[in-house]
Amino acid sequence: MIAKIHVTLKNGILDPQGKTVKHALENLGIANIAEVRMAKLITLRFGDISREEARACCEEACKKLLANPVIEEYSIEFADNEEMAG
Amino acid sequence: MRFGVIVFPGSNCDHDCYHALKHVHKQDVEFVWHKAGGLGQFDVIVLPGGFSYGDYLRTGAIARFSPVMNGVVDFANRGGLVFGICNGFQILCEAGLLPGALMRNRSLRFVCKFVHLRVENNQTAFTNNCEVGEILNIPVAHAEGLYYTDGETLQRLDDNGQVLFRYCDSDGRVSDEANPNGSLENIAGIMNEAGNVMGMMPHPDRCYEKILNSDDGARLFGSIVDWTRQRVLD
Repeated sequence: MIAKIHVTLKNGILDPQGKTVKHALENLGIANIAEVRMAKLITLRFGDISREEARACCEEACKKLLANPVIEEYSIEFADNEEMAG
Repeated sequence: MRFGVIVFPGSNCDHDCYHALKHVHKQDVEFVWHKAGGLGQFDVIVLPGGFSYGDYLRTGAIARFSPVMNGVVDFANRGGLVFGICNGFQILCEAGLLPGALMRNRSLRFVCKFVHLRVENNQTAFTNNCEVGEILNIPVAHAEGLYYTDGETLQRLDDNGQVLFRYCDSDGRVSDEANPNGSLENIAGIMNEAGNVMGMMPHPDRCYEKILNSDDGARLFGSIVDWTRQRVLD
């Protein structure tokens, strides 16, 4: 089982990287984009444990290290697929 | 007085701090490896600049869990002076010893230049050799120096005099043009509420003698030495 952890900047926090990417997209003629927000995707692979155990582990990892609660939020998504990439 | 300069894997201003304290300010200084335990023998702990653990995940996020950081937290909680410069500031925020976070510069660029700082509070262990409103000339060198915190904390920092330095122009005006990284309210350095933990993005360790373009950094190290000497003698 793998867990995909998305770490995003909280709403309202300036994301200069997203802003720059938006400008670049506009320069390419890709219009109609109101906003771009950048984020991190962290993938964890687990051995033979339950979904609940894996979730508890992810929560602890996010709270202690993977996300900074001052500026970031996180969400966790599980998949049975063993492929780590993507 | 004994100063400890913490050395993380990736610290690169540790020798600057050591040299300034040892050879310019004539203090007793030791390097402290990141795996060290207790810090009871020291009067002041310095967290130097650099790129600890390659800045992986977030600046300071991994260093904050170095074994020595347990000692730094104990040392701070007992009232010991802790001074974080640049990456040291980032680590202190990640460790929760200072409020807020340092984020990517507004320009997305690494900014390396001399800037002007206005002294906001001189009734501190770190700035007692300065005047309020005085303008210091000290360089910055960082890509993640945008100070951010929530509105409530920002208000508290202002109310308690915890903001020690703001970026300003050569006339002392705190303006957006003078803000090198987009920090909220041009904040360049803050201390904790107790007044014993301080962090700043600019580098006093790069300007403590005239030959380095400015010796304003010596004012900060000098403040710490004077304050600590007084306290040790008392």
